Order: sequence, then C-alpha cells, then structure tokens
Amino acid sequence: MADSSAAATALLQPPGKMTVTLHVNGVERRLTIAPWTTLLDALRLYLDLTGTKKGCDHGQCGACTVLVEGRRINSCLTLAVMKDGAQITTVEGLAQGNTLHPLQQAFIDHDAFQCGYCTPGQICSAVGLIAEGRARTADDIRELMSGNICRCGAYTNIVAAIEEVMFGKAGQSERAP
Amino acid sequence: MNNFGFSRANDVADAVRQIAADPGAKFIAGGTNLIDLIKEHVARPSRLIDITHLPLAKVEETRDGGLRIGALVPNSDLAHHPQIEARYPLLGSAILAGASQQLRNMASTGGNLLQRTRCLYFYDTTTPCNKREPGSGCSAIHGINRMHAILGTSEHCIATHPSDMCVALSVLEARVLVSGSGGERSIAFADFHRLPGDAPHLDSNLRADEIITAIELPPKGFARNYTYLKIRDRLSYAFALVSVAAGLELDDDTIRDARFALGGVAHKPWRNTAAEAQLRGARATSESFARAADTVLRDARGFGHNDFKIELARRAIVRALTQAARGTPQSQADKRIR
Repeated sequence: MADSSAAATALLQPPGKMTVTLHVNGVERRLTIAPWTTLLDALRLYLDLTGTKKGCDHGQCGACTVLVEGRRINSCLTLAVMKDGAQITTVEGLAQGNTLHPLQQAFIDHDAFQCGYCTPGQICSAVGLIAEGRARTADDIRELMSGNICRCGAYTNIVAAIEEVMFGKAGQSERAP
Repeated sequence: MNNFGFSRANDVADAVRQIAADPGAKFIAGGTNLIDLIKEHVARPSRLIDITHLPLAKVEETRDGGLRIGALVPNSDLAHHPQIEARYPLLGSAILAGASQQLRNMASTGGNLLQRTRCLYFYDTTTPCNKREPGSGCSAIHGINRMHAILGTSEHCIATHPSDMCVALSVLEARVLVSGSGGERSIAFADFHRLPGDAPHLDSNLRADEIITAIELPPKGFARNYTYLKIRDRLSYAFALVSVAAGLELDDDTIRDARFALGGVAHKPWRNTAAEAQLRGARATSESFARAADTVLRDARGFGHNDFKIELARRAIVRALTQAARGTPQSQADKRIR
C-alpha cells in the first residue's frame, strides 16, 4: 500500500532538473537543466554560445556539429546530461586570441561560404576530419564531409579550403582544436 | 520532446533491473535515432536509462578465433578497427556506407541493430501506421512507397530495416549476445530481426527487459572476395534503395562458398540460402549470378512506386557478386561502380 502510493506520488511529480558540468572551450560551466535539453540547446540557450547553429535539429544537416573529446558529433542529437564532465569545443573555441584557426582563415581565403549558416558546423567538422587522419584525397574529403549540408552550394570552395589546410600547409593542420 | 526522467546504469545487471522496473523506459547509448524519434513524438519514453558507462566498449578475440564486439563500440571505431579492416572488411565497408561521420562517431554497435525504420508514415504521427500504432492501418501500401520493401512484406506493413551494418552482419552470420531478467542468451543474426507479419510494431525478438551486450563474429570473414554495394538517390548520406553485401570463397573460378544479403528491400536484412546453395560448385560467371538473383527475387512484389526495386535488386546482385569474385570491392569514397 505504501509502495503504490509512493509510486503514484512519483508519477505526479515532473522529472527533476539535473546538474551537469561541461568543459566548453576550456572553461568549466555548471548548468542545472532538464534531462531533455540537447547539448545544442544547452550551448545556445543557457551558455550563450550561439556560434553553433540549429539547422534541421534532426541530425541531417550538420550545422550543429561540435567536438566532444575531440570527436565531431551532432549536438542536436545529444543530451547535455549525458556529457557530464566532457571537453567540448565549439566554433568559438577554435581561434587563439586574434589569430584564426587555419581552417577559419582558409574558409575566408577560399570564399567557402555564402550565407554562412552552415559554416561553424563545416569548420568544426573539418577540424574533426583532420584529427581523424583518414582523408587522403578530395574524394575522401567529399565523402567524409557529407554530413554537412551547404544549401548555398559552396562545396567546391569548402573542399579547396580543407585541402589547403590538410595538404598545402600541413604544419598548421597539426594544431589541436 | 516529452518530459522524461533520466538515470544512469552502473552495470549490466543494474541496467536490466532498471528497465524491468519501468516498462515505459528506454535505454540510450548513441541516441542518434532515439532522440530524433522523441523529437517527432514517435517515441515517448517515461525515462531514459543511460548505458554509456557500462563496460561494453571492447573488441576482443574469442576462443574459436572469431571476434566479440562490445555493444557500445562506436560505429566509426569499429569500421577502422585493425581486426575489422584485416579480417572483416565487408563489415567495415558496410558501416562506412551508412550515415555521416558525425553520426558514426555517436552511434553504437548495439544501437545500430535497434534503429527503427525511416518509413515516412512511421515518422508522421498524423497518419495511420501499424508499426507506430498497432491496428491503425498501413499508409504506405497505397501511399508514397518508393523507399519500401519488395520482399517479406505483409498486408500490415511494408517498411524496410534501414541499417547497412546489419546487412554485412547477416552475411557474416554474427550472433547477438543479450542479457535480461531471465539470464543471458545468444541469438543467431537471422533470428534477431523479424518480418512484419501481423505484429509490425515488433522489429526484433529482443525482449523488453533485455539489453544487447555484444556481437560475435565467427572466424570466417570473406576478406579476399567481398563487396558492399549500396545504390541510393545521392552518393553519400542517404538510405539504400537496394544494397548488397556479398562474400565468396573461390577455387579458381569455381565457387566453394557464397553468401549474400540485401538491404533496403525488406523488414530485415534479406538472405536466401537456396540461392546461395545454387552458387556453391557453380562457376563464378554473370550467368550463375543472374540465376541466383532470379531465385532471390522470384517472390518479390512491388507496390507501385517501388516496382523498380525488383530489377534494380537483380542487377545489384549480379554486380555485387561480380565485384566480389574479381576481388574489387566497391569503394565507399569515390563511389564509381565498376
């Protein structure tokens, strides 16, 4: 009897918020959030890091790509509470002071965007791609960047920008995000 | 997303206890499909049980010379694991044919088996769907069914299983190790997924209180003569219209052993052991491959928009077996079909 009434009370109470610690771009951030908060929403709504974009919100466009422990993932399909203690890098964390990350500079040099909405995801994805070290050819780059859609169609220049950082200035590509 | 509770499982026994105590709960690992389903209100879990901290992320050799893959090994790590690249390249190739690198970095081995169909009516909660809401009807049979099944369908459901990895696991005759309230068991891959029949809401024979702990591969990997050929509407990051995983063992041009399975055409990876038996002892020629394809597709049935899949599957089977026989597996990077 006591058990069933306790269960009934539990059902009436909304699930509680949880405290999570994220290390975002090297800064420790504590958040108390509902479990259904995605990492994307946590970054944009609660940490004011709006560089990471919400495109489709269904893992189909790649605009929300960030690096978790150095690996690129779709932050829209990740719950923030599952990343407690994790190291997260967003586009805001790539530059060092006033010096752009080589990929950021290469995107500018190659005119690798038009509206720019997909660009933070493209750049974070390319940082992950270079860290993975699997791409050897332009075909490999195209295939391994296929999770990032550019509706303006800047693909040719995006591939050129990544190629330059990977092959043209190999020394710079070794810098960790 | 609906408001759900959240807890973390400390070990496999704890995970099983937690799921058995809450019939509305679901396990979450990579979340690449489940979070999307919750956003679409197709899944409305009471609670998510985080299993990502369970010790199930190892790849180990088994005593019989095979390989045991922990359920939490990410798809991308598995595809590039040295043992997979050397001994089971068919599996690596199939994994790399699916999704995007971001998703493969997140998705788990066990979760890949449990991903749900991408049938648009299953996702659209304003339409009837027997898989989403048993007894409500199937919108696809007389609807837009270009992506749908041509084999093993029922009057209740013509959805396809979306996985590429599972098509390779079917050919490799993997086993699925699971743990539940009733103990541990090992399920042959052919018996893991179900055909829709009159219960299309059940994708697999995994019980509600069971968790996948590992996938076991037998020693035979078809590493010399294999291919994974995937035909789709765009060259990357799209689900298969038809895919074929093939593995051959050859003695000159005589086929000693043959296995092949189709993706994108049925509610589960589609294998036909009679067609494989037809190939054993035959010469590795396009005529032999065409006869095997005919056997597989004898009972194929289209539903209007997907009629083209029957001829596409026939040609894909012949092409895939030819690639396997030549030892020239399909590249998942440049995509040129040779």
